[in-house]
Amino acid sequence: MSHEPGSPFGGYNFAYLDENTKRMIRRALLKAVAIPGHQVPFGAREMPLPYGWGTGGIQVTAAILGPRDVLKVIDQGADDTTNAVSIRRFFSRVAGVRGTTRTAEATIIQTRHRIPETPLTEAQTLVYQVPMPEPLFRLEPRLAETRRMHALADYGLMHVKLYEDIARHGHVSTAYSYPVMVGGRYLMSPSPIPAFDNPKMHRMPALQLFGAGREKKIYAVPPYTEVRSLDFEDHPFRPHRADGCCALCGSTTSYLDEVLTDDRGGRMFVCSDTDYCEERQEAAATAAPASTTPAPETEGVA
Amino acid sequence: MAYVAVKGGERAIGNAHAWLEETRRGDPSLPALSVAQIEAQMGLAVDRVMAEGACHDRGLAALAIKQAQGDLIEAAFLLRAYRTTLPRFGHALPLETGAMRIRRRVSATYKDLPGGQVLGPTYDYTHRLLDFALAAEGAPPPPPAPQAEAPQEHAPHVTELLAREGLMAREAEARGEPADLTRAPLAFPASRAARLQNLARGDEGFLLGLGYSTQRGYGNSHPFVGEIRQGSVTVCLMPPELGFEIEIGEIDVTECQMVNQFHGSKAEPPQFTRGYGLALGRGERKAMAMALVDRALMAGDLGEERTAPAQDEEFVLLHSDNVEATGFVEHLKLPHYVDFQSELEVVRRMRATAEAALRAIAEPAREEEVAE
Amino acid sequence: MMQPGFTDPVLDGQSVFRAVLEATSRPGRVQEISAGLTPPAPLHPATAAVLLTLADTETPVFSDAGAAAAEWLRFHAGCPLVAAPATAAFLLATGAPPALEEIDLGSDEAPQEGATLVLQVASLAEGGALRLSGPGIEHEHGLHVEGLPQGFLAARAALAPLYPRGLDIILCAGTRVAALPRTTIVTALPRTTTVMEG
Repeated sequence: MSHEPGSPFGGYNFAYLDENTKRMIRRALLKAVAIPGHQVPFGAREMPLPYGWGTGGIQVTAAILGPRDVLKVIDQGADDTTNAVSIRRFFSRVAGVRGTTRTAEATIIQTRHRIPETPLTEAQTLVYQVPMPEPLFRLEPRLAETRRMHALADYGLMHVKLYEDIARHGHVSTAYSYPVMVGGRYLMSPSPIPAFDNPKMHRMPALQLFGAGREKKIYAVPPYTEVRSLDFEDHPFRPHRADGCCALCGSTTSYLDEVLTDDRGGRMFVCSDTDYCEERQEAAATAAPASTTPAPETEGVA
Repeated sequence: MAYVAVKGGERAIGNAHAWLEETRRGDPSLPALSVAQIEAQMGLAVDRVMAEGACHDRGLAALAIKQAQGDLIEAAFLLRAYRTTLPRFGHALPLETGAMRIRRRVSATYKDLPGGQVLGPTYDYTHRLLDFALAAEGAPPPPPAPQAEAPQEHAPHVTELLAREGLMAREAEARGEPADLTRAPLAFPASRAARLQNLARGDEGFLLGLGYSTQRGYGNSHPFVGEIRQGSVTVCLMPPELGFEIEIGEIDVTECQMVNQFHGSKAEPPQFTRGYGLALGRGERKAMAMALVDRALMAGDLGEERTAPAQDEEFVLLHSDNVEATGFVEHLKLPHYVDFQSELEVVRRMRATAEAALRAIAEPAREEEVAE
Repeated sequence: MMQPGFTDPVLDGQSVFRAVLEATSRPGRVQEISAGLTPPAPLHPATAAVLLTLADTETPVFSDAGAAAAEWLRFHAGCPLVAAPATAAFLLATGAPPALEEIDLGSDEAPQEGATLVLQVASLAEGGALRLSGPGIEHEHGLHVEGLPQGFLAARAALAPLYPRGLDIILCAGTRVAALPRTTIVTALPRTTTVMEG
């Protein structure tokens, strides 16, 4: 083979996986794209990172990644959370690929729990790390049974669950992993992104790929594909965010993280998408060089 | 500030790794453990790591134990992650465990039998008293154990002896290439071969608990240890381009065959059925637990009612792997604050709705009180 | 002498795969493949590159491309070649493909087991009389295909009601690739109509 020990990849093949494994994953990816929202089983390999920590996303990324790609890895919307750093380091070590924190610069974005705020383009691919690919697992843990339900498009159980939520609480109690219908045929888990991010999946120009390593499933949403969050005519789906603005960039539309600033109820809100937030801060600084970034607002209990 | 604390991941990881390495080595005034010492003196730990790491290499398993500070699940994970990078040459022919070079062999169903009972190096009848002599430095090695005189006679499987009498069904010989869980994901219902493969890699503790549950009424089992045997067997391969068998080496395994009464069904007469366990190395507890669980999982095939956790194929097989389980359980310590935030918002909204509803009930009532 | 395969199996395989992934994700968009293969006749470079990228010992291949092509595939991809279309994961057609009812379309529970047809045609270009819509397509893509077997599109359209079962098609011509996954709806405009490309 062309990548022997002593190669820049520490004795491993380019992007770690051997070529047979990559081909197996690539075949699964093509079928996943051809059947939007359907979970394609694949022979997930043991990776040098733990199951549940992004091995599915890592295998998908490794199967598509090339030397000309620019990779961004985020966890909770942030580039420098420890697991995102660890995964980016992994790919820089085994593929020598260039990393970036800038959403617009990246050709592949691997993510856990968020979709970037900056709209993605046709030149980008979004790879989701998926812990539980089966949208029905809380209602029916048996895979043989859920496979049958998908075959028949029998999703009544999920509608009943959401309806019961509304009847009991006046709201759907699902805040993340909010189920979606893809292309009007398959019920799909969007991975544990907050429901706030669901509308971004609908007719997204970028290709969306989902990898679940431990559960050994791959699925996909092709570009410009219909992705609808389940709802009812009298209770339409509404994405929610914390009612506040970012203390760092002032955004009133981005998804916010709540940060506790003391033990007396003090808190502030900041953008979960760190790149989006930094770009807004930079833009504000350029537009008004004299002024500084807005002072963090903290609200405490009086 | 809290917000800053989750940043700077790159440096934090580097420092954490340095600290981990220092902790792993421990007190530098003490000599470092060699891999050879671990391999020779922590043999049962090495065997467990080989079994759960699904890789028969004592040296690598010992290295993994050293690297993992003796955390055997972490060590199994290291071995698996290494194993998965190795090329696959093919599959071995079925092991001839009937021709095992036996170190230990016990049957609970017969007082004596061809091949005899061989107690072997077992803790079974030791009194579990801490041996403080082992704590002393520089104690001389124990004298060699007495050797048996007679060469070992042929020791056929107990289950084979029963089968010759027609009291136990022989297993149908599997044809074609066996399933390989490392290449294709489990599908349900799983073949017996896939089930056994999964259990053989499965966590000893999980299987032990499940096996135990079948003895306590969770599943209808009446097990006897037909036989446990431990020793070395030859591994053979038949490369398609050669068309004949070649020996590629010898490995140590532990095999357990549990004999279970079966009342019979429409298709089958009353007879004994077999639960099968096999572990790489010396893994007697594992092999026994595996045999109990294997038999419990046959409930469906034998037309028995499936009511207990150990009889539930999806439940058992999808939760037996400790590398998968530990990853997913431990991933809960990764940041989840984005999802938690979305739950906070939902709970706050639901509270507001509930409180508004309570007020709506309470306020008219108060008005009525005032009116009275 | 056997013509060589990829110069760099790792990086060539990656770039060809990305072209096929892009083609499948955006049906009707034509991708250029630059792996520089010189396969035996009648294989075009794109056809050969796609098979080398996706087929291996685990994927039975049905081929109508003759002995030299079959030998080349067996040697470089290691794939078993099968005579019955129903048992193939990939079907290579340089002429009229096997009747679509003879091809494995997968099942409702495992639609991913539906085969992939690698169909070699005379030429491919974006913007043409075939109007494509469905997942991967914002409004509509036009595709020009020369050398499509007679009646092929009608036979393909007849499979649509079976979805999610179905057949995915990779069209290859020269160094070009386009795809028609099972979800793509294809309508042919009458040739006389002038189409404005958007």
